Amino acid sequence: MRFGRTPEQHAFSEALDDLLGAADVPSASRAWAAGDHSAGLKLWQRLAELGVTGLLVPEELGGMGATPTDLTVALERLGYHGVPGPWIESIAVAPRLLTDTPDADLLERLAAGEALVSVATGSRALDADVAERTYALGATLRRADPGSEQRSVDPTRRLFDVTIGEEVATIDPAPALDLGTLACSAQLLGAGLRLLDDSVAYVKQRTQFGRPIGEFQAVKHLLADVRVALDFAAPLVHHASLTLAPRDISAAKVAAGDAAYLASRTALQVHGAIGYTREFDLSLWILKVRALVGAWGTPAEHRARILALLIDDRLVEAR
Amino acid sequence: MSTLEFTEAEETFRLEARDWLAANNPGRLPSMDTAEGAAAHREWERTLASGRWSVVTWPESYGGRDASLTEWVIFEEEYYLCGAPTRISQNGISLLAPIIFGHGTEAQKKRYLRDMTDGTLVWAQAWSEPEAGSDLASLRATATRVEGGWRLNGQKTWSSRAPFADRGFGLFRSDPEAERHRGLTYFLFPLDADGVTVRPIDQLDGTPGFAEIFFDDVFVPDEDVLGGVGEGWKVAMSTAGNERGLSLRSPGRFCAAAGRLLDLWATDPQPHLRDQVADAWIGAEAYRLYTWGTVTHVEAGGSVGAEGSINKLWWSDLDLSLHETALSLLGADAELSGPWADDYLFSLSGPIYAGTNQIQRNIVAERVLGLPRGGR
Repeated sequence: MRFGRTPEQHAFSEALDDLLGAADVPSASRAWAAGDHSAGLKLWQRLAELGVTGLLVPEELGGMGATPTDLTVALERLGYHGVPGPWIESIAVAPRLLTDTPDADLLERLAAGEALVSVATGSRALDADVAERTYALGATLRRADPGSEQRSVDPTRRLFDVTIGEEVATIDPAPALDLGTLACSAQLLGAGLRLLDDSVAYVKQRTQFGRPIGEFQAVKHLLADVRVALDFAAPLVHHASLTLAPRDISAAKVAAGDAAYLASRTALQVHGAIGYTREFDLSLWILKVRALVGAWGTPAEHRARILALLIDDRLVEAR
Repeated sequence: MSTLEFTEAEETFRLEARDWLAANNPGRLPSMDTAEGAAAHREWERTLASGRWSVVTWPESYGGRDASLTEWVIFEEEYYLCGAPTRISQNGISLLAPIIFGHGTEAQKKRYLRDMTDGTLVWAQAWSEPEAGSDLASLRATATRVEGGWRLNGQKTWSSRAPFADRGFGLFRSDPEAERHRGLTYFLFPLDADGVTVRPIDQLDGTPGFAEIFFDDVFVPDEDVLGGVGEGWKVAMSTAGNERGLSLRSPGRFCAAAGRLLDLWATDPQPHLRDQVADAWIGAEAYRLYTWGTVTHVEAGGSVGAEGSINKLWWSDLDLSLHETALSLLGADAELSGPWADDYLFSLSGPIYAGTNQIQRNIVAERVLGLPRGGR
């Protein structure tokens, strides 16, 4: 019995940290929020060279043919470093949607990092202005055209209303939506880990009453609870990436969302007023977490789905 | 569907445990903290031992099965899923036995281990004192050198199982000059010895699950010192590590409780409680998977250090919120005595025993997150 990441997955995670840790991701995020995509796209290209954009693209289309677990490793690190862009839509959802459709040729350019894709699961699409193509995912898969921009609570998430166009293929949207939800869980987990790390570093060096505030139990206990929440969300995300069962994906999303949100609230509280400013980089993660908690299904929707599936299972077992 | 892959041998082990339990499990017994219940629980331990299921991880020569950590977790899953009784032998087999295996003499292993496996020898723990709870190192009970052994004096309290147990284990100050963690020695002692007085204390549920123990010149021979004289703190901390960590709290109990909660919900699915029921299941599932991660880590040669505190915070909070949710579902009937009310009362003790959750949060903050010590 073995439950955990492989040595290769650990190495992949470290390679992403090396690349992103050396890049000035917060500056790229701020520029992205202002509509200047150049730094963000440069990062996108470098991540493509590591294989990130082609993880789920079939090998015959120039992709890696990697596993959903590899995808969660990547999204967790993208979340940790706060990388802007339609990552979930492009690298988790699009490969699942487009393989075996007339638009599959786009995947080759997606894997190479040359094309970004956006997908509207409701009435809006993320970063559609920078995407080569935008889709709308309802009962079937359709092309979509971006319209006017809507402001997100997270300024790096640039949302566009879409007008639905011609049908591309008749598909079951559920597996692609679940893969997006799984990717979002991993991104939330990564963002939560970053918020905790930054908070721990801050309370060690911030001095009040003549000592580091990290000495005070009131501060320690808040941060301990964040550690606990993140440590128990992580195995749910990992497990969901192995089973891809709807119930497990919903559990991962709820737990990762709750843990990341607790991390963001705690980070803000222990930072005090400096954390409440746009200028301080912590705001990038606080605002992203708030946006992602409600994306790819709200916590209430996922909890309801878990219970419905569990009760079905128990009725079947009881028969 | 699960992708946790077990070997064929592990699957065989699971089925063997399941079949044996299905044939032998007596179901819920009267509380082990009553005379009648204690006898019934000892009888159950005897039955478990007869099938060699009482101490699966122990060596075969001591009545175990040399089971791996994975097999132990599998056994615990099956054990609690079928609703088998609580274990009256828990203090002995989970807290004391690992210390005897690690620090005990051959004579101590011979004298004590076998009798722990079948309910013949039930142990009480004797850690806390009236003035030494979370600050255990401030304990005052003394051990004084005499011919052939020691004389124990002082008072212990909140000693679980003491009213119906045979023997106790705990720390005593053997060097009056040394302070705090130094000069403590780990003793094993009979609860019916001359000079020992056990005064049962009714717990919140009305049964005497713990007791005060008074020591008045109680003689203990040298052979009942566990580990070296003056080494008691080090020895005891390995017990606390076991209690806080993996060995005592397998996920089986919580997964089984979450399953019963789902059954309760299914009979009356009250929409306003949906999120809490879902969270109880998510919490138990997270605990199950986290444990498999820990098992993987330990079987690869890793150890569980301060992370045991993370574990304890999770299961104790989960147990409480799961039972609070059950009581919410029961509505006005929640106040009636019954399994849910009993288990709720027990869950209230979780955040207190085995190191309070305040202490656990300090440990997580200081030893896992690396925050500065001090400033209590």
